[in-house]
Amino acid sequence: MNRHKGISRFYTGAVMAFLYLPIIVLIVFSFNKNKSRGAWTGFTFDWYVKLFSNEMILTAFMNTLLVALVSSIFATVIGTAAAIGINSMNRWMKKTIRTLTYIPIMSPEIIMGVSLMLLFVFLRTEMGLPLEMGLLTLILSHITFNIPYVIFNVLPKLRQMDKYAYDAALDLGCNPWQAFYKVVIPEIMPGITAGFLMAVTYSLDDFVISYFTAGPTSQTLPLAIWGQLRRRVSPEMNALSAIIFVIVLLILLAGNLSAIRRENRERRVVER
Amino acid sequence: MKQLSTLAAALCCLCLFGLAAHAQEAFDENYYGRFRGQNIAINVFNWGEYISDGSDDSLDVNKAFEELTGITVNYATFATNEELYSKLKGGGSRYDIIIPSDYMVARMIDEGMLEQLDFSNIPSFENIDPQYRNPEYDPENLYSVPYTAGTVGIIYDTTRVQEPVDSWGILWDERYRGDILMFSNSRDAFGIAEKYLGFSLNSTDPAELSACADLLLSQKPLVQAYVMDEIFDKMISGEAAIAPYYAGDYLTMADTNGNLSFSIPKEGTNLFVDAICIPKGAQQKEAAELYINFMCEGQVAADNISYIGYTTPNSAAYQLLDPEIQQNPVSYPPAEVLENTEPFLALDQETGLLLDSLWTDVLTTDSSYNKWVMPVFVVVAVALSVSLTVARQLRKKRDQLK
Repeated sequence: MNRHKGISRFYTGAVMAFLYLPIIVLIVFSFNKNKSRGAWTGFTFDWYVKLFSNEMILTAFMNTLLVALVSSIFATVIGTAAAIGINSMNRWMKKTIRTLTYIPIMSPEIIMGVSLMLLFVFLRTEMGLPLEMGLLTLILSHITFNIPYVIFNVLPKLRQMDKYAYDAALDLGCNPWQAFYKVVIPEIMPGITAGFLMAVTYSLDDFVISYFTAGPTSQTLPLAIWGQLRRRVSPEMNALSAIIFVIVLLILLAGNLSAIRRENRERRVVER
Repeated sequence: MKQLSTLAAALCCLCLFGLAAHAQEAFDENYYGRFRGQNIAINVFNWGEYISDGSDDSLDVNKAFEELTGITVNYATFATNEELYSKLKGGGSRYDIIIPSDYMVARMIDEGMLEQLDFSNIPSFENIDPQYRNPEYDPENLYSVPYTAGTVGIIYDTTRVQEPVDSWGILWDERYRGDILMFSNSRDAFGIAEKYLGFSLNSTDPAELSACADLLLSQKPLVQAYVMDEIFDKMISGEAAIAPYYAGDYLTMADTNGNLSFSIPKEGTNLFVDAICIPKGAQQKEAAELYINFMCEGQVAADNISYIGYTTPNSAAYQLLDPEIQQNPVSYPPAEVLENTEPFLALDQETGLLLDSLWTDVLTTDSSYNKWVMPVFVVVAVALSVSLTVARQLRKKRDQLK
């Protein structure tokens, strides 16, 4: 039994090491005096100071955040509405729409990137819409690829929901709108939140689609890092990544702590 | 001889413009101020880390320009010439300033993608060294203004390579197996093979190109990795001993690792120029020309080049550099070395495609790897999953029958 415990500990440790060693190396080298990612020459906070005076990186970072938040909010609203619609369809329609929704997730991102770019160019040159490549096109394309993730997070929650809860609410005197936001929305809220978070994550990460749809005024962080590849990625990027990592870590910790506290409180209530 | 007289002429100009640059220190408000208050923005598309951005107390070029002119600079970056080309061809984005390399400038001129510049609006073009005017990629100098220049040479670690390095041949030396790095882009990699075999960098002869591909393939077992910017880390930390790369970047590496040395092989090498251009469809052409002019101002160009570390084609800027840098043969090689260089020119489409496919072959050919492994693996995996599903369905049916 003990021997098994050793193996499982080793296995967990190895998985954690593979996941986190690269990030730790990145953070360590954000304190390196030298610009190199290979040779350690001394400790410094310089890169963090410089980061906050480097306008290009900061603009790129703000663009990334803005695009992620705006696109995820829109995608969440549209996706949730779509999921509710899909849920009330008959079996065959449901299956068809679900498959259609899967296709953008399954197909390589580059296909979506190129086709969105062609669409925007077509709309501008043929239809005369004022669609310059920029923040607007970037946000539109991020909304597009985020919608499926929201739908697939909300759908299971809808299926779990008691079909008759909505009818019961109507019987008990709600009008349809009240029944929707007082009963349906709270029931599927975990799915919506999960979908929103997924959308934010994918939007922050995205390189390929942004590459094709971003313009001169809307460079995101992944694109800025990519642009540095001919010469060298500056350690300011390490510093920024380290900051993002720490912030995400803190948010996750806070989330878990509050979940644990809530659980404890509920248990106490039950015990009483 | 011709080279010498150009050089003499260049030197004369250097002195003259050096003086002019000092007198010009305060910028002409009439010229630069004409767009102030009009809320104009230009979109600049440059290589990453290729402009002085205010770090390490350097001049923040874009900010200085914004303050001087009241024109907003939207700055974005790209990583390869081909990326720049495809972005412009895709047609989605409007840029006012782009900085392609020589052969890409030629290709864009060919395809009518560049605006002719109004040189009466770029008075500081006269700071550009005559040697860099009317270059082969833009013979009448209508479309481009040189931004930076540089050569490709061999960077090596003197603690591990004791012999003098004077030939591309060292990249094929069996003794350094596993210690050699190589360019991962086709043009630079083929350029080295072409020079080693004594061909032109712009050869369009399929036989010559395939000879180069064979040579590169024979080098493959010795190569540690095909890289671009990873060279910095690998050479600084001593992970590799020999790498061909750009002269300006050697200087950056040598700052950290004093054991590195640089040599331009006797077979000759590539002299590249990155040039500022205005693409067709630019919406603020005049403001963009103001920007080009600003970049050519002696002091601005000098501050900028000190940050980038490449060679400046700007004589006024050269005058303002540290004597130590002016004398550095890596950045400013002697005439006899320059004489033995060749620029990249645009290749016709057929040759371009051939080059790409040959390079892909070089990179993907691996004698220990059978190209049928992957397809067979995929087929087996699909067959396995199908048979599992069928078996499960059968079992389900049987259970229902019971």
